[in-house]
Amino acid sequence: MEYEPTIGLETHAQLLTASKVFCSCSSNYAAASPNTLVCPVCLGMPGSLPVINQRAVEYVIMTGLALNCRIAEFSRFDRKNYHYPDLVKGYQISQYDLPLCRDGWVEIQVSGGTKRIGIQDVHLEEDTGKLIHVGGQSLIDFNRSGVPLMEIVTKPDFTSIEEVREYVLKLRRILRYLGVSSGNMEEGAMRFEANVSLHPAGVAEKGTRVEIKNLNSFRALLRSLEYEINRQNQVLQQGGKIDRETRGWDDERGVTFVQRSKEFADDYRYFPEPDLPPLEISREWVEEIRSRMPELPDERYRRFLSEYGLSAYDAGLLTDDRPIADYFEQAVAIAKPRGIQPKTIANWITGELFRLLRASGTEPTAIQVPPEQLVELIVMLNENSITMTSAKHVLEVMFHTGKAARDIVAEEGLLQIADANQIAPIVDEVIRTNPDAVAQYKGGKETVLRFLVGQVMRATRGKADPNVTAELLRKKLSA
Amino acid sequence: MKLYELTIHEALNLLRRREISAVELTQALLDRIVDVDNDIKAYITLLPETALEEARLADERRREGMDGALLGIPLAVKDVICLAGAPTTCGSRILENFIPPYDATVIERLHQAGAVFLGKTNTDEFAMGSSTENSAFFTTHNPWDPSRVPGGSSGGSAAAVSADEALGALGSDTGGSVRQPASLCGIVGLKPTYGRVSRYGLVAFASSLDQIGPLCKDVTDCALLLHVIAGHDARDSTSWHAPVPDYTQALRSEIKGLRIGVPREYFAAGIQPGVETAVRKAIQVLADLGAEIAETSLPHTEYALPTYYLIAPAEASANLARYDGVKYGYAAADAADIWEAYRKTRQHGFGAEVKRRIMLGTYALSAGYYDAYYLKAQKVRTLIKQDFDRAFQQFDVLVGPTSPTVAFKIGEKIADPLQMYLSDIFTLGHNLAGICALSLPCGFCDGLPVGLQISGPAMGEEIVLRVAYAYEQATPWHTYKPALRNLSQNEYQMDKEHRR
Ligand SMILES: [Zn+2]
Repeated sequence: MEYEPTIGLETHAQLLTASKVFCSCSSNYAAASPNTLVCPVCLGMPGSLPVINQRAVEYVIMTGLALNCRIAEFSRFDRKNYHYPDLVKGYQISQYDLPLCRDGWVEIQVSGGTKRIGIQDVHLEEDTGKLIHVGGQSLIDFNRSGVPLMEIVTKPDFTSIEEVREYVLKLRRILRYLGVSSGNMEEGAMRFEANVSLHPAGVAEKGTRVEIKNLNSFRALLRSLEYEINRQNQVLQQGGKIDRETRGWDDERGVTFVQRSKEFADDYRYFPEPDLPPLEISREWVEEIRSRMPELPDERYRRFLSEYGLSAYDAGLLTDDRPIADYFEQAVAIAKPRGIQPKTIANWITGELFRLLRASGTEPTAIQVPPEQLVELIVMLNENSITMTSAKHVLEVMFHTGKAARDIVAEEGLLQIADANQIAPIVDEVIRTNPDAVAQYKGGKETVLRFLVGQVMRATRGKADPNVTAELLRKKLSA
Repeated sequence: MKLYELTIHEALNLLRRREISAVELTQALLDRIVDVDNDIKAYITLLPETALEEARLADERRREGMDGALLGIPLAVKDVICLAGAPTTCGSRILENFIPPYDATVIERLHQAGAVFLGKTNTDEFAMGSSTENSAFFTTHNPWDPSRVPGGSSGGSAAAVSADEALGALGSDTGGSVRQPASLCGIVGLKPTYGRVSRYGLVAFASSLDQIGPLCKDVTDCALLLHVIAGHDARDSTSWHAPVPDYTQALRSEIKGLRIGVPREYFAAGIQPGVETAVRKAIQVLADLGAEIAETSLPHTEYALPTYYLIAPAEASANLARYDGVKYGYAAADAADIWEAYRKTRQHGFGAEVKRRIMLGTYALSAGYYDAYYLKAQKVRTLIKQDFDRAFQQFDVLVGPTSPTVAFKIGEKIADPLQMYLSDIFTLGHNLAGICALSLPCGFCDGLPVGLQISGPAMGEEIVLRVAYAYEQATPWHTYKPALRNLSQNEYQMDKEHRR
């Protein structure tokens, strides 16, 4: 029998607030020494009390708006009770039945069109500390304790791993556009929990749900889903039964394993957090937050198609990351009065600039080439002041040094030589030193001309105008 | 004149007139503690060196022409309130070695006002109890009769003030823990409105009920202390933004025409006849002063106890989850893994009553029981609050007994938790409703002090203090002091038996 999967996803995204969610410690713990970004509040010391970070609430509301959610008028925090050494208070302040946002959706691309994935709720909670196991001992770093964490819970609307993949990439793009999360999926800024069930193809009733926890990277999420679907499929094919249970993910062995069976299901004993008054969220505030939202990737993608006449492929590449899209639009604005087409700008960015970014591992926000300089480079190329070969070289130098295009051209003497009188002696020299090629050309093999042009270019370090050179060669060889 | 017998306002007058110094005053109290605290056992930790240093600084400030609302006044602090650098045990083994690196907001404010801290006073473990018998260390003795309890949980603070071992003290009141010991020790104790005083640095028992309050020798001192500790605190999101009035301005002895309600449920069966007599007489005094007295009803009073014993333990079960031996405090040795370490730490670190309440609370919050217990209790809490709201539409204040009995014998109720819980039957409702209430001495029964409870609406501290002050001015009770005598060998023995 053939089985089909049903998948639901919980995504935990760290918020990019300057301070933690319930105290004023810095939440930028990436480079900090262990236990240096802590205070009585985020250490859960006796008598300490939480105070909500308004910015974190705003970020969650903004995300809710981007995910088409209803924003609660009345929301509150709850205590989720469990014991673990990285959890300082013996409970996590989270949200249970009155989350900030609920009932939204995200549209993803699937083969043959688009699909809406339902968002059940978006809520705010605190991150835990981090356990570090060293030589049989466990150490705890509480720098991460209290970092704001946004949990985005989907309905079980996915029917394939590919859809999950599309959704996560889409969600990440939205969060990065909003500037609410770095979306860094390999460094724990986005973590996942999934639930998976299989049911016979064509049957409406869903199978038994298995939860997979502790998926700390995108890769782990996709691998664990693949493993779990195969595992359940095998069990069912052999006539077995799926147990309702919670499974962990062993990243090294690449397998899921039973963490808790249903009989030992956790009872988190949620109850309203008495230390934090409920949140009353005025509609004015929601509208104010909405007014500050940037254009979202989908809207921008559509606008890039219509406004700049870009191909779907280029528009997709350029809108994938907000800094790149911003860069493109800045360059286009500068280029327009100088008669340069958006398509030309797009080609330079998706071609040479992306190649340089990839090769050097640079973040788009750290590009050293200002849009003005990219445009200047294209202008020089259009004026025939430099050759394409030089232009690519100049961009690379600009990328690494931040120098201006015209300065590099001047320093390296890259101005194109278009004067036939200057090129002629070099052409003569090339003809003299390449008798074989000349013979072939004269024998009728015209493609050899390109080789000879290349030799001239080499001798002039790419500065000779290739058209003038070719014309000269043709003239001299037919003489 | 014995300096330790002064009230705060009397001492302030002498300090301001330079007739005494803060060092003299502090030394007098430290000497007094040495003389009597072996018998009373009010203090868990004494801070003589820092206290004298603070007193020296206070004298210096005064010499430089500065003053402060409490400049040079020696106070005691219940050991559930964090004072940086001093052990804060909460009367528990699990925090026996815990020294907080931070001050509670109330301590900061008292420091700024120039107060001197003598030490940390005994309490039932994590403020759970009505007698200090649940302290992991020892039981405090009632200065009026050392074979009896001082009440609790702020029994150490109440006994210290009653025995002249501090000019005033801070306590915390979750269900009566300031008012009941004040009543049993014959002093004045105020539970402010929930949110009037910052809870930052008060080790949480039940977060929605806890409130820090002053224990003093008279109503004026209470107003002085409240004025310093009250007010909004950005570190406590449940603290009110309301401005803090000068509470001493409310102290006028005139109460003609004030409407005073007497809830009939506060004279229900179980009240000691001598207590009822004293309280009824006190009400007559208020009537003689021109107040309009009428009987009223708080119909849900009988549900206050079960409601409280669901909500408070539920919150406590979470609040006390952090004591696991990982970060600070007691940690059990010889555990095979983290789970065994948790079990052993909490098994040996907590006393019986704390464990009882953690279990009660955990049960009340468990899946399948939440609606029937916790949620139901929250609904009844609303009804109890509405009882008070209705009453305060009709009356300026309500009066009645603080506790159904006078101080009981050490050991008398400790084996029967329910009997112990009933000791707070008239004080629990105020915490559930979040309103303010004060207990002050109103006479004696069998030679033991009886307390009159005056309750006001939320933020009604001024009217409560005014009525209390008028009554105090018209009666002599606050001038009576216990005649301390040494404990017999036999009583020491008994005390030992009842240590937990
Ligand atoms: Zn912190």
